[in-house]
Amino acid sequence: MHSEHRNGDTLKIEDLTVSYHTGGTSVQALRSLSLNIRFGETYGIVGESGSGKSTLALAVMGFLPANGAIESGRIIFQGEELRGRSRTAMRALWGMRMALVPQDPLASLNPSLRIGAQVAEVLQQHLGLKGEALRQRVLELLRTVRLSDPERVYASYPHQVSGGQQQRALIAMALSTEPELLVLDEPTTGLDTTTQAAVLDLIRDLMRVRGTAALYVTHNLGVVARVCDRVAVLYAGELVEDGPTNGLYRQPLHPYTRGLLDSVPRLGENKSAVRLRSIQGSIPALDELPGGCIFRPRCSLAIEICKQDPPLNPSGEGRTSRCHRWEEILRGEVSARQKTPDASLAKPHTARDETILGMEEVEVHFHRGLTLREMITAGRPPGVRAVDGVDLQVGRGSTLGLVGESGSGKTTLARAVMGLTPRTAGEMFLLGSELPAGLGQRDKETRTHLQIVIQNPSEALNPYLTIGESLRRPLQTLLGLSRSEADSRVHDLLEAVHLQPEYARRFPVELSGGEKQRVVIARAFTTNPDLLVADEAVSSLDVSVQASILNLLSELQAEHASGMLFISHDLAVVGFLADDIAVIYLGKLMERSPVRTVFDPPYHPYTEALLSAIPLIDPAAEQVEIRLEGEVPAASQIPAGCPFHTRCHRFLGDICVEEKPPWRRNEAGKEIYCHIPLDELERKQSRPFAFDSGMEQRG
Amino acid sequence: MIAAGNSGAAPPRGRRLNALLAGLYRHSASALGTSIVVLFLTLALIGPLIAPFGLNEQIATDALAPPSGKHLFGTDLLGRDVFSRVILGARQVLELAGTGTLIAVLLGTSIGLFSGYRGGWLDELVMRFFDSLLSLPALLLALLLLGTLGPSQRSVLVVIAVVYTPIVARVVRSVALSVKTKGFIDAARLQGESLGRILFREIFPSALPTLAVEASLRFSYAIFLVASLGFLGIGVQPPSPDWGLMVKEARAYVSQAPWALYFPAGAIAMIVVGVNLMADGLKRELQASRE
Amino acid sequence: MSRFLLRRLAFLLLTLLITSIIVFAVTQLLPGDVARIILGREAGEQALEQLRQKLGLNDPPFVQYGRWLWNFMRGDWGDSFSTRMPIRAVVLQRLRNSLMLAGTIVALALPLALTAGVIAGLNRDRPVDNLISIASLSVVGLPEFVTGLVLIEVLSFKLHILPANSSIPVQASFFEALPMLILPALTATLVLLAYIARLTRAGVIEELKQPYVRTAVLKGLSWTTVTFRHVLRNALLPTITVIAISFGWLISGLIVVENVFNYPGLGRLLVFAIDRRDLPLLQAITMITVLGYALSNLGADLIYAALNPRIRLG
Repeated sequence: MHSEHRNGDTLKIEDLTVSYHTGGTSVQALRSLSLNIRFGETYGIVGESGSGKSTLALAVMGFLPANGAIESGRIIFQGEELRGRSRTAMRALWGMRMALVPQDPLASLNPSLRIGAQVAEVLQQHLGLKGEALRQRVLELLRTVRLSDPERVYASYPHQVSGGQQQRALIAMALSTEPELLVLDEPTTGLDTTTQAAVLDLIRDLMRVRGTAALYVTHNLGVVARVCDRVAVLYAGELVEDGPTNGLYRQPLHPYTRGLLDSVPRLGENKSAVRLRSIQGSIPALDELPGGCIFRPRCSLAIEICKQDPPLNPSGEGRTSRCHRWEEILRGEVSARQKTPDASLAKPHTARDETILGMEEVEVHFHRGLTLREMITAGRPPGVRAVDGVDLQVGRGSTLGLVGESGSGKTTLARAVMGLTPRTAGEMFLLGSELPAGLGQRDKETRTHLQIVIQNPSEALNPYLTIGESLRRPLQTLLGLSRSEADSRVHDLLEAVHLQPEYARRFPVELSGGEKQRVVIARAFTTNPDLLVADEAVSSLDVSVQASILNLLSELQAEHASGMLFISHDLAVVGFLADDIAVIYLGKLMERSPVRTVFDPPYHPYTEALLSAIPLIDPAAEQVEIRLEGEVPAASQIPAGCPFHTRCHRFLGDICVEEKPPWRRNEAGKEIYCHIPLDELERKQSRPFAFDSGMEQRG
Repeated sequence: MIAAGNSGAAPPRGRRLNALLAGLYRHSASALGTSIVVLFLTLALIGPLIAPFGLNEQIATDALAPPSGKHLFGTDLLGRDVFSRVILGARQVLELAGTGTLIAVLLGTSIGLFSGYRGGWLDELVMRFFDSLLSLPALLLALLLLGTLGPSQRSVLVVIAVVYTPIVARVVRSVALSVKTKGFIDAARLQGESLGRILFREIFPSALPTLAVEASLRFSYAIFLVASLGFLGIGVQPPSPDWGLMVKEARAYVSQAPWALYFPAGAIAMIVVGVNLMADGLKRELQASRE
Repeated sequence: MSRFLLRRLAFLLLTLLITSIIVFAVTQLLPGDVARIILGREAGEQALEQLRQKLGLNDPPFVQYGRWLWNFMRGDWGDSFSTRMPIRAVVLQRLRNSLMLAGTIVALALPLALTAGVIAGLNRDRPVDNLISIASLSVVGLPEFVTGLVLIEVLSFKLHILPANSSIPVQASFFEALPMLILPALTATLVLLAYIARLTRAGVIEELKQPYVRTAVLKGLSWTTVTFRHVLRNALLPTITVIAISFGWLISGLIVVENVFNYPGLGRLLVFAIDRRDLPLLQAITMITVLGYALSNLGADLIYAALNPRIRLG
């Protein structure tokens, strides 16, 4: 099909500007963006919030929202101009020659049609297939996307299959007519790490085999490194740099790209050896862009010339950079790096120092009280074992990182520590004395020792209270300060998290995500706590802001000598911040190790799979492909024996099904919950990941 | 690593109210509705000052007089000035419907906040009871109560409160249920805030937009209810200038004096439509400010 | 599915039970001395006491309630205070008439309302939507007696098309009654139509925002396929519940409309019962209405569940 374009560009975007109109004003979400996607190429578009990456995807599909419009520029698909095409004219392309793989698979499937019918629809519409031939073709497609039970998925409604399976079905749908262009909009965001890895493998392999051109939109630098041939970096609506993935990651020629790559911790890096360089400031709103180079206010290299608009400079090897000083950067005359944080490298602690928090056999089972309705129908929901016998210690000044996928019980454990969800069995000790289960049984004194950085900063602050009031309250309630005393302390608190005092009068809606998180952290340190619980403290933040929050957290922690329980799904982030790491799966700990031993064998098989699933921020990295079978079981149906046995790639046999594994410990301090002896594990395992040695070292 | 979403909800009250009014006046339908509501509120306030005749002032010689310069809306069978009675009726109906709605809103909000936040068996019990109340159609429940309380102004108040409290409570409760899972409520609990503060300072503001829309809808239904009860002759009793009652009385001699029927009926229609148009605009504006 | 059915049934019974307690409490306990209501203010203490004995008013409330509920379920609804006649025959007769009227209303309102709502929703913020929205907003809150009187004025007095009075003979068959049914039906239809149309519109708009609609459009499907196969299939599902809720409106509307048009249905009987403080009659009418309303809700729930795979296959 269209073989004359085999060697040319599948998609050419020239000088594209897209704007949105809301309430009488208009903002440009994309400004003069140009790029070419060649036949068979997977082109990554990476950007943070407000970068315009989703707008680009929609503009290419010719499906901008009603208030969005292409102001200028051209979109040329296989030699044909798409801009200005009518809906009817686009309909011939949609699903046939260009297809979208959307974010949020469940919502993107029609809830009341069977999956088979939804895939079949495309083939019916464009290829006119019918009857048995249609059915066979759909089943074949479902097999192509590696669905293990295509017949079942074919006959299922979307809510009956898992998120990974839903996304595979959507990919099958998009590929069904062998389109020339595929637009993928964050297709793996929201999937668990292990599921994401399998879906990424699928996408990469399919692209290779079929030679389809693809536009892959994501915020995740690791994902780009794994699947994309080329990558364009977008910042606040402008393309700041693009080029082949390898070269761009190896030597970025724009300070923003450099900053992005520097602000994410690599797998295996720790704060005791590496400092994260965060990008100063925050992403500007689209209606408050600075003149000249839009990155200037945050750039460490900004000079006088940067007040003029930088051109998109071709820099050889098929690369471009929108920086006035790219040549100096290329020649190594200047460093685009942000300045190193002042603080010295953190010194390692371990849980075996003075214990702040201890847990023994902690369980949180939900056997909620019967509702009236259930009393009548005698229907009782199966008990959910969210946390199922956990032993942990957090030492003074040390950080315990807890890693788990969704549904692993990590948040429930955090809530149990805080008393928000009382534990149903087991003991907890705070500073040597017993910690009551429920919040109601804890006295004020106890509460001042314990603080939490709540998951999502936009929900952690009451949108109707000023920042000042949010910070003042704990001072009044927990420390008993008078209102005026509290008000004057608010000033210091804001300063400690590097915010101006005038923020006290603002409402949360006037703050960026990173600023809100600073306030939440300030609130957590109001009482000078002995233990800080941080639940996914950075996962909802933009990459460029994450680093500064991580730095702030460890800075304040060191200052207050608090212990910290740091919870995240992101092993790289946890590995960076923690002194000890615990891995949790279905409410049970799988492994407990000092951080320096976590990234080397022996591993718990689950940890091993996780390490091999994480998309590394290095296109040349080598990674062993260990992919887990099946889906995470529901927390109400935890498998007997070892809870991981249904998916384990090192499954031994009946013993894993029938007997609970023992805790095994080696001399390095590693503790692993597995039937396989540690020396045997060590023999079988090698490090499942290795960064390309050519990557610049950091420090 | 996903970007933080907007949490909605805007700052300072004064600015918000002005923006809201401006928004209401941007669309012709809600502008009309708001103007009607303002007009009737003004009438209710200054009614006695501008009504040319007294409420039950009977001018026998003018009985059944058609609209004229002296009697703008004509007179009824007893020679009472319809214009004056319609104007004075505005205060009557707005006071009754307004007070009833206010009671329902206050009760419903308190119960809804508490029940939703507390949860558990108490919530289940309260809501089951309210559901059962709501399984009686509104007018039926009203009639049932009036049938036992006997018709009077006070009974009508009780009726409005009983009929609408469960509805308001349900609406507020649903907001409380969604807000109580948010992190800032956890923070408040960890700080040891009192129940009252959590309910009214932390949760209540989030319910306010929804409540505003619901309250204005309830208000419009309350007017509807008062008028319907008046018309059925089991609500407010004569010689009150209740519009529904006036319609009922005028029906007997409609062929002789249609004006005595159509002016109060028109007043009911106007105020109800006005409040509805305003409520609809309110809903649109508050939704827009959240998006 | 059968689990769902059982749960709904249990739920229905519970609601009915609580409602019956409410009805009983309101009609029997709240009014004070029922005997005095029956016999009037002048009655002597001895006569009152005799009646109390006879009616069992001296028993504890829950005994009274139990007896009342049991009798009601057996079909013994007692005698009317005012007419001294058995209640059941009258109530059932009037129920039939009300159902006739209600059926006519639903038959008129439903197709119109759904069409108007869908058209408005699909054309959000275009002129046709504004027209439908403002028109329905204007009628939705109007008391039926206002619309009814306007319709009488226009269609009966001015145009002489339809009779202004609908006082049909109590036993009249549906076809005999039909000409007299149209005007009251039209009146109640207006309000119901506006109500259902608004909620249908909201449902369609909500559905159009869902990401799966984008998926469907970007498959290159035609407008009709996207609209009928994808959007409406999901948008009309919640409308079933909406219709069930609107039966509450229908009942309220019937009460007023029957009184405007002198139509011999339950609504007229209800106002009569209140006028006379005829408590047993009031109880019977309320209970039968609640039962009907609850059953229609149950029916809607079941249809909804049967059509919604998320519940059917839960």
